[in-house]
Amino acid sequence: MSVRSKNKAGELRVKSKTENLSEIRDFVSTNASAAGIASASIDNIILAVDEACTNIINHAYKLSPQGEIIIKIDYDEEKFTITIIDYGKSFEPDRIPFPDLRKYYREHKVGGLGMYLMKSLMDDVEYITVPGKYNQVLLSKKIKSG
Amino acid sequence: MAEFSTSIKENGDIRIINLKGYLDAHTAPTLENNFTELINNSKFKIIVNFEELAYISSAGLGVFMAYIENIRDNKGDIKLTNMSDKVFNIFDLLGFPLLYEIYKNEEEAIKKFSGS
Repeated sequence: MSVRSKNKAGELRVKSKTENLSEIRDFVSTNASAAGIASASIDNIILAVDEACTNIINHAYKLSPQGEIIIKIDYDEEKFTITIIDYGKSFEPDRIPFPDLRKYYREHKVGGLGMYLMKSLMDDVEYITVPGKYNQVLLSKKIKSG
Repeated sequence: MAEFSTSIKENGDIRIINLKGYLDAHTAPTLENNFTELINNSKFKIIVNFEELAYISSAGLGVFMAYIENIRDNKGDIKLTNMSDKVFNIFDLLGFPLLYEIYKNEEEAIKKFSGS
């Protein structure tokens, strides 16, 4: 039986400012490349993480630039996982309905699009919230062998 | 920091916005300003050329949602052109091709405006 090695690829801590989104994307890109993920999947992972962090900046921290966002990456041969932690307002994803684009269009509402993209682009999206303490979102993608 | 810039050219009463770089929550206001200015100047026939756009997130997609109704109410439209497969896939995933006309190139979009 082989012992699967788990790589703790890294951690990035940034303030909740949209100007940090490019640094976040670069961090994810570098680590996903190192994990041997195909470039089309890397693009999807980068976008999913951008969407998660944009939601945190807009909703958890309500655009206050002093909040902290922690992004941790780890992976093994099978799975690439990004854990994103914030200490802002709790998020209740069950309350976000499946997006009806025509309705959004009429109501000028776009907030749920990022959520839908994250779910479409990743294999798994999981929220853990400890109200008043922290919120954590786990995004994971299977790594295809070969 | 990610680079994003736009430039606008004129073709008769049509205005063509060229996008370049990374369009995300940080850079979306630049494009919002372009639309606001065009609308303030009563320019409602707008083509957006995506040829040099490397990246778009939902914050960027939201810009098109925010202005389209006002523009169509004024007998105009936002037509999109020259999308890479990568960018098109994101628009497609969200169902945008149902709501927006997407063309291979500017010429096709200009023809559509001229014909209507």
